[in-house]
Amino acid sequence: MKQIKKIAFWLLVLFLLILICMPGIWIFVSAFRPNPEILSKPANWIPDRWTIHQFTQMFSINGYVSVPAFKYLMNSVIISSVSTVIAITIGMMGGYAFARFNFKGKNSIFLSLMLARAVPGISLSLPLFILFAKLGIINTSFGVILVYVAMNVPFTIWLTDGFFRQIPKEMSEVARTDGCTRLQAFWNVELPLAGPGIGAAAIFAFLLSWNEYALASIITRTVHSKTLPIGMMDYLDEFTINWAGMCAIAVVMIIPALILTFIVQKHLVSGLTFGGVKG
Amino acid sequence: MAEVKLKNITKKYGDVTAVQNMSLDIPHNEFLVLVGPSGCGKSTTLRMIAGLEEISGGEIYIGDQVVNEKDPKDRNISMVFQNYALYPHMTVEENLGFSLKIAKEDKEEIETRVREAVQILGLEELRKRKPSQLSGGQRQRVAMGRAIVRRPDAFLFDEPLSNLDAKLRTQMRTEIKKLHQKLKTTVIYVTHDQVEAMTLADRIVIMKDGVIEQIGTPLELFEKPATKFVATFIGSPSMNMIEAKITNISGELYMETNDGISVLVPKHKINSLAEGKRISFGFRAEDIVPLKFGQKPKNSWSIKSKVNLAEPLGTETLIFTNLGNTEVVSRMFTPELVNSNDDLEFALNLDRTYLFDGDTGLAI
Repeated sequence: MKQIKKIAFWLLVLFLLILICMPGIWIFVSAFRPNPEILSKPANWIPDRWTIHQFTQMFSINGYVSVPAFKYLMNSVIISSVSTVIAITIGMMGGYAFARFNFKGKNSIFLSLMLARAVPGISLSLPLFILFAKLGIINTSFGVILVYVAMNVPFTIWLTDGFFRQIPKEMSEVARTDGCTRLQAFWNVELPLAGPGIGAAAIFAFLLSWNEYALASIITRTVHSKTLPIGMMDYLDEFTINWAGMCAIAVVMIIPALILTFIVQKHLVSGLTFGGVKG
Repeated sequence: MAEVKLKNITKKYGDVTAVQNMSLDIPHNEFLVLVGPSGCGKSTTLRMIAGLEEISGGEIYIGDQVVNEKDPKDRNISMVFQNYALYPHMTVEENLGFSLKIAKEDKEEIETRVREAVQILGLEELRKRKPSQLSGGQRQRVAMGRAIVRRPDAFLFDEPLSNLDAKLRTQMRTEIKKLHQKLKTTVIYVTHDQVEAMTLADRIVIMKDGVIEQIGTPLELFEKPATKFVATFIGSPSMNMIEAKITNISGELYMETNDGISVLVPKHKINSLAEGKRISFGFRAEDIVPLKFGQKPKNSWSIKSKVNLAEPLGTETLIFTNLGNTEVVSRMFTPELVNSNDDLEFALNLDRTYLFDGDTGLAI
């Protein structure tokens, strides 16, 4: 009986695993096979012929460009990185302030920041579009960065606030009696201790920008500012859809995200402050 | 090399006054202990001296400078915290050298001073370890080393031994005392443990509700407590204290307890008492002894009472008994066996009783 239960349990796990991984595996497999094979019925699970055709075209390795994927990749990297750096810098300062200082309206400011996060981004798309069009920053990387910073700051404040709270305030106090200014105490002691947390917050912010589709689809118009998720739609023609191309660009998108997720996982392991204060 | 002076220091948090109008002169090289129950303002006072807490009123001098507006870093003090607060991301030697690195001392100087501290505290083997790889006592030693390295004008200790177990605490207490003798620097030490205060201090400041109750050497506080609070706070076990009223029985003044026991007022106190006055009278455990096992004091008063409980501690035995309805403790230094419910006659040494005003708590 026990044996059967165990087998049933693992079968269920396997089923759920397949359910979760299937889309990813399908994308990966489809990126490396010819288009007709994707559409074949019944489905051909293991490709008859592997090809990197879509990738060579995408990155114009043989002279022909299907979709300017390299430009999109660059846009994505620049927009995500710059917005992350700005958001984490502001977020870190905000988080530190919320964790360490008492000031008037602290709770309501914090709450309103969290509420800003609760507003569905897409509901802001129309006002944003009009505003950005009037300001002349539609279809610019700057515009997208601005949106992503606004989107990420409340989130990074919330996360870093939590990390700074975990560091005993005696750490900064002892550093200050050791001859540090408040800023030096932050820089030499609190920041290194909160480092893994801040890193994790930065990676979360990066992934959020990297994967964002809804707002970018409204603000970006051309190759000039389109990011990878928007670029994917280039494979959508009036009468045909190039599924293989779409899958290939999706693979390009997924790989950095996957790597970063693994890093977050490692960094989220807490317990770094153990030993500094009483154990 | 500096004295520390507090002039009418006050600290308020909103409407709550944590420290009120406190004045204190701490000469160079003194080991001063601030002691009192939790919430008495002793840690707040220390933090104000360190500059970690703003001052609501008054002035603090370190050396001959007013430091009210100075940052902690400019006060040249070192503080050791209760929870050690070692930098967990640095090794022992990095922890020790941190303040010198911040002060931009050259590498050789840092190395010399770190080595010096390491030798003083016996941390040679642990130089490359991180705080998480150290035991409680070792961490405490590193925290002290970090303070030594700076060569500060004054050391501030905020309950540094509270997190250690009893045995280690006694050991570290001795080390701190030795360290002070070696370094010859002003030390301000906060604790709630009166034994720690008695053993370490040159002078003790007893605080209660943000006000100084008494300042004095450990023996002064023990022998001449200024208030009832000081009398019960200093000494272990705590001083026995009984509420009474002064009555006149055929021309002689007696202290009559609520449950009708009358004890003759000691002669040297007669002049300061009047009939009808409410008082508390206190006596230490060693001043009430079972007659059977001790010598009768010259000027004594005796009572028969049943033993509630006896605690043999080896060198001494604590005997709990009742004086009227109040339980008192007697300390006997003869290694005799005493059992619960034994009937014993106790003699109270009247020359060693302490009288306190029933209303103000001040010593009479």
